[in-house]
Amino acid sequence: MLAPTALLFLPLLAGVLINGLLGAKLPKWFSAALGCGAMGASFLGALIVVPLVSGGAVGDQVLWTWMAAGSFSVDVALKYDALSCVMALIITGVSFLIHIYAAGYMSHEDERGLSRFYTYLNLFVFSMLVLVLGNNYALMFVGWEGVGLCSYLLIGFWYDRERKTGDSTYPSQAAKKAFIVNRIGDFGFLIAIFLMFTTFGTLQFDAIFSNAQIAEGGPALMWGKPVLWWITALLFVGAIGKSAQIPLYVWLPDAMQGPTPVSALIHAATMVTAGVYMVARSNVLYTLAGTGPSLVAPVGIITAAFAATMALTSFDFKGVLAYSTVSQLGYMFVGVGLGAYGAGVAHLMTHAFFKGLLFLTAGSVLHAMRDVGDIRRMGGLSRKMPITFVTFVVAALAIAGFPFLSGFFSKDAILLAAYQQSQWMFWLGAIAAGLTALYMFRLLAIAFLGQSRDQKLFDAAHESPWVMTLPLIVLAVLSATAGAVLGLHEDGLFYRFLADVLNAEHHGTTTMTPMFISVALGLAGMVVGILIYRGKSVDQLNRGNAISALPRAKWYVDEAYDAAIVRPIHEASRWVLWRFVDKWIIDGIVNASAGAVYAVGGVLRNVQTGVVQTYAALILAGAVVLLFVKGLL
Amino acid sequence: MSDFAICLAVSAALFTLGVVGVLVKRNAIVVFMCIELMLNAANLAFVTFSRQHGTVDGQIFVFFVMAIAAAEVAIGLSIIVTVFRNRASINVDDVTMLRR
Repeated sequence: MLAPTALLFLPLLAGVLINGLLGAKLPKWFSAALGCGAMGASFLGALIVVPLVSGGAVGDQVLWTWMAAGSFSVDVALKYDALSCVMALIITGVSFLIHIYAAGYMSHEDERGLSRFYTYLNLFVFSMLVLVLGNNYALMFVGWEGVGLCSYLLIGFWYDRERKTGDSTYPSQAAKKAFIVNRIGDFGFLIAIFLMFTTFGTLQFDAIFSNAQIAEGGPALMWGKPVLWWITALLFVGAIGKSAQIPLYVWLPDAMQGPTPVSALIHAATMVTAGVYMVARSNVLYTLAGTGPSLVAPVGIITAAFAATMALTSFDFKGVLAYSTVSQLGYMFVGVGLGAYGAGVAHLMTHAFFKGLLFLTAGSVLHAMRDVGDIRRMGGLSRKMPITFVTFVVAALAIAGFPFLSGFFSKDAILLAAYQQSQWMFWLGAIAAGLTALYMFRLLAIAFLGQSRDQKLFDAAHESPWVMTLPLIVLAVLSATAGAVLGLHEDGLFYRFLADVLNAEHHGTTTMTPMFISVALGLAGMVVGILIYRGKSVDQLNRGNAISALPRAKWYVDEAYDAAIVRPIHEASRWVLWRFVDKWIIDGIVNASAGAVYAVGGVLRNVQTGVVQTYAALILAGAVVLLFVKGLL
Repeated sequence: MSDFAICLAVSAALFTLGVVGVLVKRNAIVVFMCIELMLNAANLAFVTFSRQHGTVDGQIFVFFVMAIAAAEVAIGLSIIVTVFRNRASINVDDVTMLRR
């Protein structure tokens, strides 16, 4: 297994080092080719792993011992099983396509910018692979922080850009917001790791999962909940931060300030799904602790519906997609929360395809529209950008759950699990599915259909070059066919492949009812979206009503956080920490010690008369004193 | 009182004279001469002990002291001449620039 490991990690590392250290001196084509080549080699490594894993059990591969203290030891070790293998394949595959796409999208950057971009991108994929392939929670945390860092660096890629008119934020601020909000989630994750260490004495997945039974019936740790409940709940806090769920989703819409390939790769296809992967990986713990149905799934379903309302009212092309991502991540958590781990992971995969594709089409549109993302200035783009339009339609149909496209299989598996276990979750999920179709086809109708709303931009618009359209086409094919080809239907190839890792639970009997309901709602959403929004003028679009006012203002969540947390901390820091603690206590200590030295010096200064004979007298006195002390006088 | 004791007493007297001269005299040349007096008092003590112990070490030291005193005189006098050129005075109380 050493060869595929080396192929997975080393090219990316080489790409990071070469582009990172020499990038500004390398020609642009070389930086791009190096980044894409390293990514391609890594993808090849992931492909090689698949037959090895499906051929039989592959043990954990220990590379070296990271830290050892007494009986506790953490290895840098990789776990190759069906789940990590599927994740690695999704990550490297989608990343490879987006790396190629970025060569076209980022072509206006200079040498320094392009090499920096590919350095970060390669480092991101490297960290993501560490996250999904690590065989213990410590290594997972390393990858978790690594992708967080890369996310920060890439959101703030254009760190010198000022606030654009009409934007609520700008890149460097959005990057900070993402990093700080993620910190809250990471804090939960870290506490969970400490708890697992004190409970199990190890952080290795297999050791923890096989001992989990012991901890289950343990005494209450806090608030009448046993330790396992707390471990899973705190892990989920980490997932909430990373995967942008209520209440920590606020960073993801702002993260759209980054370059569009970054939005596609990190904030749609891969990094934000890390939380879903973590819950799926810890499925043994969640099943035993029972936190899935009581905590994970409700948060997921509420997020799914809540974010859909904001996607429905946003006028920013990428903003719609960002809220859509939050909403779809909510679906995944419903799946893994209700014990349908396979369905959650399946939706993770199909979402990586169709949402990655949607963001890439958004990038293609932005590229053509000179970075104008406001859909009120678009319209009729289908005539200018046929390939982008067709691939967008495929992705929109897939996410809306059009029968036999990829999203249809994965979403219905989740809704089926909800239907069998909780009626309110099912109905909320079905309504959100209808809203999904509605907002996607609203976006389609406003941006691509009807007449142009800004003639100057429209005239300049053009189809993107082949490096950008090729990944679009590949992802469109995947979005359309992944469900049927990979066997996402019940007991299909995909589920059988994952069955060993994800202890699939079956509740009740299979029924077609939820599928019919969600498909009906989805089709209704598509038709209504087209009918309402096709050919609307800017004034008609701007006109809101009582229902759309709240979601259009993003439910004032940012304002609420600002008033409840940001402002108080800011003011307390200003008046207590700065004006009092810093100014009087810290500065006081420093100034007092300096003053004391000055005062002593003032006294001692009198010795320095400058008269030679005073010094001579002092030397003599010193000699006499010395002789006395030595007893010689 | 032995010869040695007399010699040491003379040495101590010379040394004390030198110290007092260095401390109380204002004329730099006189201060300088007093330093020479202290050095020669030390030389006398060296020679006395050398004689008393029957070894030659002390006498060798005396040669060193004399050689170094010669060098010191050259430097010291040139410093005094330079000070006189700048200040038109060889009063040591006037040379307090290092204080500031």
